[in-house]
Formats: sequence, structure tokens, C-alpha cells
Amino acid sequence: MTIAPLEKTMPVGKTRLSHATLFWGGFCVVMALLIVAPLVLPVFWAKFLTEILIWGLLAMSSDLLIGYTGMISFGHSAFFGLGMYGAAGALLHTSPPNLWLAILAGLAGAAGAALFVAYFSTRLRDIYFAITTLIFSQIFYVIIFTWTSVTGGENGLIFTRPHFAIPYLFDIRFTPPVMHWFVVALVAGSYLLLRRITRSPFGMVLQSIRENEARTRAIGYPVQQYKIVSVMLSGVFAGLAGALYAIQNEFAAPDFVFFVTSGDTVIFNVLGGIGTLVGPIVGAGFFQLLRELLSRIFGDQFPYLIPLGMVFILMVIFLPQGLLGFARRWLNK
Amino acid sequence: MNAAAANPNLLVQVEGLHTYYGKSHILDGVSLEVAPGEVVGLLGRNGVGKSTTLKSIMGLVQPTQGEVLLEGKSITGLPPHHLARLGIGYVPEDRRIFRLLTVMENLRTGLDRNGVTAERRAALLDKAFSYFPRLAERRAQAGGTLSGGEQQMLAIARAMMLEPKIILLDEPTEGLMPSMVSQIRKIIDVLHQEGVAILLVEQNVPLTLEASQRVYIMEKGCVRHHCAASDIKVDDPVIKQYLGV
Amino acid sequence: MADFFQNIPFDLLLIQTVNGIVTGLILALVASGLTLIFGIMDVVNFAHGELFMMGAYLGVVVLATTGNFWLALVVATLLIAILGGALQILTLKPLIGRDPLNTILATFGISLILQNFALWEFGPVSRKIEEPIGAYFTLFYLQYPWYRIVIAALAVAIIGGFWLFLKYSKFGVWIRATTQDRVMAQAMGIPVPWVYTGVFAIGAAMAGASGVLFGPLGSINHTMGLDWVLKAFIVVVVGGMGNLGGSIAAAIFISLLEAYASIWVSPAQAVIVSFVVLILTLLFRPTGLFVATPK
Repeated sequence: MTIAPLEKTMPVGKTRLSHATLFWGGFCVVMALLIVAPLVLPVFWAKFLTEILIWGLLAMSSDLLIGYTGMISFGHSAFFGLGMYGAAGALLHTSPPNLWLAILAGLAGAAGAALFVAYFSTRLRDIYFAITTLIFSQIFYVIIFTWTSVTGGENGLIFTRPHFAIPYLFDIRFTPPVMHWFVVALVAGSYLLLRRITRSPFGMVLQSIRENEARTRAIGYPVQQYKIVSVMLSGVFAGLAGALYAIQNEFAAPDFVFFVTSGDTVIFNVLGGIGTLVGPIVGAGFFQLLRELLSRIFGDQFPYLIPLGMVFILMVIFLPQGLLGFARRWLNK
Repeated sequence: MNAAAANPNLLVQVEGLHTYYGKSHILDGVSLEVAPGEVVGLLGRNGVGKSTTLKSIMGLVQPTQGEVLLEGKSITGLPPHHLARLGIGYVPEDRRIFRLLTVMENLRTGLDRNGVTAERRAALLDKAFSYFPRLAERRAQAGGTLSGGEQQMLAIARAMMLEPKIILLDEPTEGLMPSMVSQIRKIIDVLHQEGVAILLVEQNVPLTLEASQRVYIMEKGCVRHHCAASDIKVDDPVIKQYLGV
Repeated sequence: MADFFQNIPFDLLLIQTVNGIVTGLILALVASGLTLIFGIMDVVNFAHGELFMMGAYLGVVVLATTGNFWLALVVATLLIAILGGALQILTLKPLIGRDPLNTILATFGISLILQNFALWEFGPVSRKIEEPIGAYFTLFYLQYPWYRIVIAALAVAIIGGFWLFLKYSKFGVWIRATTQDRVMAQAMGIPVPWVYTGVFAIGAAMAGASGVLFGPLGSINHTMGLDWVLKAFIVVVVGGMGNLGGSIAAAIFISLLEAYASIWVSPAQAVIVSFVVLILTLLFRPTGLFVATPK
């Protein structure tokens, strides 16, 4: 990597905080707030926050593709869904239900789906990639919806939450706060991991593909392979979100494998700011808050997606970098 | 730029044009003018900004500074399709005829304007085919099947269909056989006789000096020399200085 | 072996063949609109299915008010054309020149709005358009409804009419010139920004008309758009991107396969057929099944 200018690490004259200090400082502040949340917020909002984090994780996984590799995916509902059903399957078929197995099963399911989707859709460029991911995710939807014997079809699967247990260490139940902290830990961990990935040589190649695919290929990188790995990584984190969602809500339903979930994911990304990793989480929060607000003011039946859709379009036109777009460079330094 | 410089008696005025391609400062304060019906030559080596000047006039490239005036009114920043309708015809360096459209359809793109009666259309077509009999023969053929010279004819004929006040001709004789070159020469004369002004960018110095009333010579993005075409000969030291190898 | 042959439901096969062709022609019309917009403006119109859906609903409304199917077809098509043009001016024009990903997002936003508007305005219960012609005719030894044939004929007429328009009319020349060389088209006085608006409006009109034509064949609800736009995309890919003739062939091919499949499986599962065709195309002939030579 390039040598950082001296100013960045050494205070010169008036104290100038280094980028690292500011970043980790900010990170700690946010983490502190998230950890304290279930203790100070009313139950509804605490659970709301937990769900925002899970959706945020899903959106963040998608950002790896959209923001860093330059590929819009409309197929994340499949990865999320398979994460959900994978976890559900593990919880229903192992006794006693094991948390870690559930997560692993979810990740495996999502990874499998991602590999399948990636293999076919990465053959096509940009727009056609987006469409084929959509189509493939619908394939998964149809399969899940109609294979009633395995997936419960229309009705989905219901199960109970496993215990939060590490053998020989501890075994506690997942009360809402514990669930929340578990989610916070996993989402924060995922963020740090994804951040590490995007700043690694691998991540640099991805960004190079985003900037100029032809040139990256000309230099000699096996672009399609990188794309496939990128899709798989993205899928795995999406699957984690799905697994968490299943564990938190104790059900798996085909609705979540439907296109709407993919659409929502893209919305969160655009609203929050692509290429920032954190932005999509903010985008998810913004979306859910706006939705909650609209339904409280105008009632449950209000088609909140109409004004939200308009906000979305306006953002695409006037603020394409999203809410956190201004911080994009800073967050990626 | 001061508005006092605007002269409605001049057809085209270019004042202090600065244009960039990315970071490249291609046009560094270009100024020139074309009177109605005049043939004006624009000479210079490759890369000095001759084509860019034409493109800037035609609105295909936006200048960062400076003005382009048509009959005294500012047209800087107007979209190309507007300029075409105001009477500026453009014949680009690589001809750029519509390869998948027939010769007839290519001409139609210039004919299908508001306020052109069917008779006018027919008359214009007749004119095109009489000036360019080869095109008449090939009228139903796709543009892409024509030879280089024929494509050049088509490009010029197409611009003529706009009934322009001025045609911006970018290196029309490039890559053509001598017989074609003399045909181009004749067309320029004919257009001049009809009162159509021409801003001619060319590498062919003798042809330019013969065909034009005035010439500008450009170097490194601005006009370095300007005189009547009759005042200068092919072997003039000025020519050697700015165009010599 | 003889048993197997006896069990093939020839009646059903025959009917499904005609059904498949009819649906295929409607799908071809939808896909043509999509290809047009994509080929000329480089815009992936995610909202294409919703324009189809709105066309169907408008058909229902006009039919309810006037009782005339043909009027419904014309009015709905015109209104959707206007809607399409308006949407392009408001949301896509500002995005010209930007990364094409932006237009996918914008049209996606439009699809959200239209879908939810339809849900809000018309409710979640499906609607139906009455068959315009009640008569049946004899197809070999079976009874087949005339209106389906008429609908198929209309779809063909619209596609054919459009093709003629593209080839011979002034606007058609403008469209073709703009597709080939946008810059020179402008230099020739063609108002390219308006050409784009016009093209989007025409594409939208094709979707809207398809919606009305489809009305009598199935149920109309606010989510029907997604299915159709997906199939249309598949048709575009399988037919060879930008290849109008290929799209039509692909549309009929896929619809026939689905029609046959639904003899044995549920319609929800028959949809998998089109997905399988897509997968096979991507594996073996990614430039399109109905393209002469693979590039």
C-alpha cells in the first residue's frame, strides 16, 4: 500500500486526530449505544433496533457487490431465504436445537445458493447480471413455495429458539436483550470482517473490476472468478442475516424469499449510500423508521411504499451517493 | 465577452473559445468569423484543435469559456439538434453516415423537418441526386455498403438537406482518390455559388487555398495567422512554419 | 408402450398448443416493448410489468364504464403511453448520461410506486376482464373460443404495425438513426431527447396493450407485473438481446413449453420451465437460442 503521509499518524502542531483514532472512536461510541439500547429503550423499539441490524446486515452483504464490485444483485432474497430455511431446518431436525449448527446450516444453504446463482449470472454483464439474479432468486422462491413436504410450502416452518450455549462454558436463554447483543456482536463482527476484505488485495481487485472491468481483465485477473467469490461472500453474509432472522422470529416463511426482500435490500443500499458498508445499515434504519412513522400517522393501510418509492427515486436522481455517501472515502481509508 | 462584439451581419462568430477534453486544454482562446456565403478555410497540423472548433460550434462539445454567435445571437450551449434546425450543417471527419439506413433514409433525416412542403422535399432530393448521381443509383442501398467516396458524398448531401446557412466540413478529402477530391472541390464551389457559407477544415493546403476566400491557421489550440486566401501561396514561409513537417 | 400413447391427452395438447401460441404472442408484444426501450435507450425498464398491469386495470375500468372491449383496448393503451412518457420525462431524463445502473434503480422505484398504487386503488382481490366475444369455433373436433384467436391476431397486428412504423415512418427513421449514432442524429436536427421519450411511451403502450389483451385470459391483480416482466426478460435473453424476431420466436417457444407443462404440473411450477430454458441458454448459447450463429 502507499505510504501514508506523515500528518496522518503524527499530530503536528495543534492536535490532529489520526484517521484510525477517529474511526475506532466512532465505532466504539456506536457500539456502546447499541449495547445500551435494550436497557433504555421500550421493548418495541429495542426489538425494532434488533431487526434493523439484521436487515442492515443483509443490505451490507449486498453492498459488497453493489458498492465494491459494481454489480447490482436482485437475488439476495434467495440467500437470505436459504439462510433462514437452513437455520430452520437445523433447528427442527436436531435435538436439542443447536444455535451454532443452525447458523452453520444457514450459511451453508446460502453459500450453495450463491454458488449456483453466481455460476450462471456472472457470465453476463451488468444489467443482465441483475436480471438473472432476480430470475434465479425467483426459482428458489418457487421451489420453496411448492416443495411443501420439506419447506412447509406457503405456511413456512415454525420452531423454537435455541439456547445461547457454548458447550462447557454457559447456557442461557435468548431473552430479547441477549438476542439483541448477540445480533450486535455478529453484525459488528461482520462489518469488521467485510471491511477487512474490502481493504485487502482481493477487495482492491473487486474495486478495480467496478471501475473498469475490461482493463482489469486485460491486466490478467480472472475477473469471472473474482466475481463468483464476491457473490458467494455476499451470499454468505446475507445467509447469516437470514439465519439470525429465523432465530429471532422463530419462523421461516416463503414471503421472505420473494423478490420484495431483494428489492428492499437494494433500497436500503441506495438510501444509505453504496460503497460504505455502514451506509446500508443506516439505509435500513431510515426506511423502517419512515415506514413506522407513516403507518402511525396515516394508519396501517396506508400505502407507505408510494411516498417511499418517490423518496427513493428522488434520491437516485439527486442524491445517488446516499445518506452516508459523503463519508464514503473516509470510511474506506 | 462584450455583447458589443456581436455582429448580426456576420453569420458565425467564435469569440475566445476555451474547450477541454478532460484535463487537456484543447482550445485556448479560439476566435474566428464567417460571413454569409463565405468559404473560410481552417488549416493546421493534426491535433491543434480544428475538429474541436467545429464540434464546439455544433454544440457537440461544450466550451468552458467563450461564445459562439449565429447572426449576432449567442448559440453557445444550445443542443446540436437545435443548431441543425437553425441552419448549421455538420459533416464530420469520419463521415458518420447512418450505416444501416438506406441512402434515401439518410437523406430523409435532413428532410424531415417542420415546415418543409412535399414539393420542397422533392426539389431538395432532386438537387441532391443531380449533384451526386452515384447516390441516385444507390438510393435503396444501405449506407454501410457505399465506398468511402460515396459515403463522403452522402454525408455532404445529407447536410445539404437541412438547407443550412453554413456547412461545417471536416476534412472531406481525407482518404479519397484524386478524382473524388476534385468532385469535392466542385461541390464546394457549387455550394458557394448557392450562397451557403462553408467552414472548411482541411489538410489539403492547395485545395483549401483555391476554394476559400479567407484562411485561418491554427496551432496549439488558437489562431496564429489569418489572411485572405489570395494573399498566400502554398510555399509561403507561414505555411511552412505552421504546417510543415 | 401403447399404454403410454393412450395416456397422452391429445385433446389437452391441442388446446394447450393454441393457448401457448396465444399467450406467447402476448408475451412477444410485452418483450418487444422491453427490447425496444433497452435497445434504443439502454434503459432496463423494471417497471415494464407494472405498465402491463396498469394497462390491464385501466382496461377493467374502461370496460366497466363503456362496456366496449375495443374501446378499452385503445383508451388503456393511449393512457399508458402518456403515463410512460410522463414517467420518462420526470425520472429518466435527468438520468441520461449517468451509469445505466441508475436507470435500473429508477425504474425499480417506479415499479414499487405503481404496484402499491394499484393495490391501494383496486384492492388485493383479483379482477377479470370479460371475454369480448362469446362465440366458439370448432378446432378439429374440439370447441375453442374465438376471442383468444382474436387476441392473438391483435397482438400480431400490433407487433407488425410497429415494425412497419419503425421501417417507414418519419419517427421510425428517427428512432433507427438515433440507435445507430445518437450524436449524428442530433447533428441532423433529430430531437434525440424527445425520441427517447417517444420510444419509452411506445414501449409502455405495448406493455399496456398486452395487459388489456391478457385480461380475458387470466386474473388481474397488482402483483401480476413481476411474473410478466421476468418472463419478458427471459424472452429477451433467450431470443438474443436486441433481436426482435428472436424475441418473438422465444416468446412462443417458452409459452408453448409452459402450456404443455401445465398439463401435468401446477401453473406455479410450470413457471420453472422458462427458468430452465434460461439456464440452458446461458450454459450453451448465451448469445441467444434463436440467433443464427453464436457470437
